[in-house]
Amino acid sequence: MNNLNVRFGLRDMFLDGVRPAAALIKYVNINGQSAEIDALDLKHKELNDLLRAVALQGISKVTVKNVFGQRYIGTRLYLPDPEKRLEIRISGNPGNDLGAFLNGHRIIVFGNAQDGVGNTMDDGEIIVHGRAGDIAAMSMRGGKIFIRDNVGYRAAIHMKEYPGKVPVLVIGGTAQDFFGEYMAGGIVILLGLTLKENEPHKAHYIGTGMHGGVIYLRGRVEEYQLGKEVGVRPLDDRDRAVVERYVGEFCAHFGLSAGKILQGEFRKLLPVSKRPYGKIYAY
Amino acid sequence: MYSYLLPEFIVERREDRCIACRVCERQCANDVHAYDPELERMVSRAEACVGCQRCAVLCPTGALLIRPHPAEYRPNSSWTREKLQDLKKQAETGGVILTGSGNDKPYRIYWDHLVLNASQVTNPSIDPLREPMELKTFLGRKPDTLEIDLDNGGVKIESALHPNVPVATPIVFSAMSYGAISYQAFQSLARAAKEAGTLFNTGEGGLPKEMRAAYGGNAIVQCASGRFGVDPEYLNCAAVIEIKIGQGAKPGIGGHLPGEKVSENISVTRMIPRGTDALSPAPQHDIYSIEDLSMLIYALKEATNYEKPVSVKIAAVHNVAAIASGMVRAGADIIAIDGLRGGTGAAPKIIRDNVGIPIELALAAVDKRLREEGIRNKCSILAAGGIRCSADVVKAIALGADAVYIGTAALVAMGCTLCQKCYTGKCNWGICTQDPYLAKRLNPEIAGRRLVNLLHGWSHEIKEMLGGMGINAIESLRGNREHLRGVGLAEWELDVLGVKGAGE
Amino acid sequence: MLVKRCFASERRLPAKESEACGLFGVMDITGKRFGGEMAISAMKNIKVRGNGLGGGFAVYGLYPEYRDYYALHIMFQNKMAKEQVESYLVENFNIVYDEEIPTNPDVNLFCPPLVWRYFVAPKKKGEEQALSDDDFVVSRVMYINTSIEDACVFSSGKDMGVFKGVGFPEEIAAYFRLAELYAGYLWTAHSRFPTNTPGWWGGAHPFSILDWTVVHNGEISSYGTNRRFLEMHNYYCTLFTDTEVMAYAVDLLMRRQGLPIEVVSRIFAPPLWDLIEHMEEREKKLYSTLRMVYAPLLINGPFTVIVAHQNEMFGLTDRIRLRPITAGAKGDLVFLSSEEAAIRCVCPDLDLAWTPRGGEPVVVRQGSRDHLLSLPESV
Repeated sequence: MNNLNVRFGLRDMFLDGVRPAAALIKYVNINGQSAEIDALDLKHKELNDLLRAVALQGISKVTVKNVFGQRYIGTRLYLPDPEKRLEIRISGNPGNDLGAFLNGHRIIVFGNAQDGVGNTMDDGEIIVHGRAGDIAAMSMRGGKIFIRDNVGYRAAIHMKEYPGKVPVLVIGGTAQDFFGEYMAGGIVILLGLTLKENEPHKAHYIGTGMHGGVIYLRGRVEEYQLGKEVGVRPLDDRDRAVVERYVGEFCAHFGLSAGKILQGEFRKLLPVSKRPYGKIYAY
Repeated sequence: MYSYLLPEFIVERREDRCIACRVCERQCANDVHAYDPELERMVSRAEACVGCQRCAVLCPTGALLIRPHPAEYRPNSSWTREKLQDLKKQAETGGVILTGSGNDKPYRIYWDHLVLNASQVTNPSIDPLREPMELKTFLGRKPDTLEIDLDNGGVKIESALHPNVPVATPIVFSAMSYGAISYQAFQSLARAAKEAGTLFNTGEGGLPKEMRAAYGGNAIVQCASGRFGVDPEYLNCAAVIEIKIGQGAKPGIGGHLPGEKVSENISVTRMIPRGTDALSPAPQHDIYSIEDLSMLIYALKEATNYEKPVSVKIAAVHNVAAIASGMVRAGADIIAIDGLRGGTGAAPKIIRDNVGIPIELALAAVDKRLREEGIRNKCSILAAGGIRCSADVVKAIALGADAVYIGTAALVAMGCTLCQKCYTGKCNWGICTQDPYLAKRLNPEIAGRRLVNLLHGWSHEIKEMLGGMGINAIESLRGNREHLRGVGLAEWELDVLGVKGAGE
Repeated sequence: MLVKRCFASERRLPAKESEACGLFGVMDITGKRFGGEMAISAMKNIKVRGNGLGGGFAVYGLYPEYRDYYALHIMFQNKMAKEQVESYLVENFNIVYDEEIPTNPDVNLFCPPLVWRYFVAPKKKGEEQALSDDDFVVSRVMYINTSIEDACVFSSGKDMGVFKGVGFPEEIAAYFRLAELYAGYLWTAHSRFPTNTPGWWGGAHPFSILDWTVVHNGEISSYGTNRRFLEMHNYYCTLFTDTEVMAYAVDLLMRRQGLPIEVVSRIFAPPLWDLIEHMEEREKKLYSTLRMVYAPLLINGPFTVIVAHQNEMFGLTDRIRLRPITAGAKGDLVFLSSEEAAIRCVCPDLDLAWTPRGGEPVVVRQGSRDHLLSLPESV
């Protein structure tokens, strides 16, 4: 029975077989202030062990190649020295929760990202040269995320802000349903660059439950695609300045020219109320 | 105010005792009492009274008697007064009826149908006043076996150990967020936990920055669906991180902290704009299934460098045993189960009173299931929802819990009288309110002391009960159902609880 | 334990499994056969989506030399069960060939049962002549699975087969020697994360009936409604998993009622009424009627499925996309998976990778490019 328990009690699919740091050194190549990691054979935790180790060694730039689905890249970088910032350049296809709880570092992905990019991210920057999966920027509280192409369901869900801390999400393409659901703060810009001429955005239930923050949407969207908590306004000068600033940054990251993008028609989506559910209860 | 409703309470004032000092008037946030200068005496508006008894307790001459209003409709077992009143409220507002505190309906309380054992003749009972009696408990995942290398008088433990957190007594304060309760109440819990060597739970409202250094080491910090106040420092300053999936009072639904309660300080702690509703979605939107739970568990372990145990809290629901097994396999180091009678600051009454299962049955089923699968040692179990006294604690541990969460009991220790109006924000006891005038009635030093006293009294009683059973370390009680017998329970109930009937 | 029994009272039904998983499917649309390396490596890549309590593979184009016969894969807990099943098989089928399915004894798995395969043709007698071969086989499989102790038919189609058991998928693959012995034009694979009975071989995926196989991720909240509706149509759920319900629903709608995938997917994951409101009249009528008639087969709650049968595979998620799916294409190969990384790790230079809208099927058919039809609604 004991034998049975050991084998069948519990198999930790995440930690079983994780090698100690000493066995991982061969995957890192350190060159002065920068390092290169080959992630091809690395498990999720092993890659993050290495990233933490190089960060603690004072490295400031890491290139990670051959990434295939490793999760939580950048998450384990809450470092003793709060000023220490790492730049991680990823080639491949990083796994879920890329930059979850990210603490001010910079991640650049050359490839597509999966679900949960910047989940509950605190600060820093994530730049994806490709598309991202579902719940991009979920509960994001600070920092910036730039996605060149499309995103999946529920992007920007429950993004937040408070004085001095306003997260920014810029998406080059379009989004799927429940875009900006529950949004409580932050700035989201959806550019629609992957859509055809006059093709409406793909998302339905845009901003459903939204009660804070702002969405700047470029391109066509039908009234019924919007959640009932959302109002539509034209941009004023201050909005223009915000859009110009972040579209400029977006274009700088991806080598695009901002002029033509800014000529498109933008609309501003705002919550109708800060208290969408104030009236549903009988006290 | 509603029309067509009978008042819930009657306010009786003994005019011969009342000195019109107006204490009652000042103490009542519901404006029940007022001084009428023409009549030169106090008058009352009974229909506004919630029965919190603040005025009666503080009346210097004992002039006030507050009791349930005796008016009745024609007796009807199906259409009770409560049902009728609710119908009338909804007819006027079209709203969802809110309530506070735990389920008050007469579901069977199994604690009251379980009796404990004591040693007689065949082994000695132990006297806890003079003999050692140990309540220290470790919360976290344990390995199946230890590889130990004893060389040259040294000890080297080869096995990888998961983080564990010790508590001096198996009683932990359950999740009550700053926002749901006042800063003073929140701080009272933190102080008491620290002094008593146990833990308090921040709930999902964050942990104010200024409290992190002093109280983080005694904090279970929640990462819930709203992700309020979750930053890397919050996670890393804590003793334990808890993923809140559900709550016994409102399984399967989220919550709204109304915007008027989101004050400056709460806005900063929750990290949301001032005055906006703090919406907690029903699900965590990165957890739609068990492998997603695993993903968040490991995300939190990654975010804290594998230094903290991760707890997952669920409401006790129908498939709780299977769910618990999945949670442990997903990597949870602690599983917290909150039963049908668990409390809340605000919940739709229809949910509170109808959804979930009693903690006693859930706990027994979970413990059994994890043992059958050989994974009980992989997690600690925290039982919550309706633990009212130290005997409930002992019974919970004998059914299989490692420790219990107490919420309502702690609130009562601070002054709460279970008036169930937490959601109005007008708590006269200064507990469940953000009104500074009301909140300052609660002195964290005094309330903290009362909580420590409570823990002390319960711990002592637990020691007495353990001693009686001939047990001098709490771990020998855990899952020891030999020390429980059922009274007045049906066959299926005894089966689920895994205990014999009394006399069997 | 291979199969769970039927119970007289609903109260005695075992608790349904909740499970969540990793999925993968790959098909060559020209019908060219290939080995299992891609499916196995992909499952290894998404190992953390399972917990080692179940893994399995379905392979199509597996037995070309016996393509006209039903290939029965049967697990036995003991010799007695095998004798019982074999005497039943002899009574009902002509057995063309049978053998033990080769396994690698060096792979250490939990209580592996005896696993045997039989290539058979139905032996219909009397009134049974009126039954189609398929219906006859279904009834016989149902009989074995519900009435013979310790035996489980886990694969019963032609020119295809399921291999599954308790372990991580790569262990199951090694145990059944999939990479060395077999080739097919379509592989689906599943890694399981159940919250129920460990050590239960029958509960692993893929689940199959005839040549329909289903791999599934999620927990169906409508299980009770779906199951009791299917029971009305003589499908008896013996495994108490969501997947079984899916497989029977597919068999009922597609094989017996002849509905195309495009319609069936709208039954499982119908458009929301809000959106139906904005459709043109023809569509509005179609979707409203489908929802009305097939309400008991709305699959509610989070799911992703990959359903396969001869020359066809489709992937579908629930209508609000609570579970992930990614599709990929490279030349004649089309992939479906829970995570893009699992596809990229076996085919880094995809021509295309896309994620369909919730409830929008990706249909992969031999000799066609129908999978591209899901592109306009994808990101």
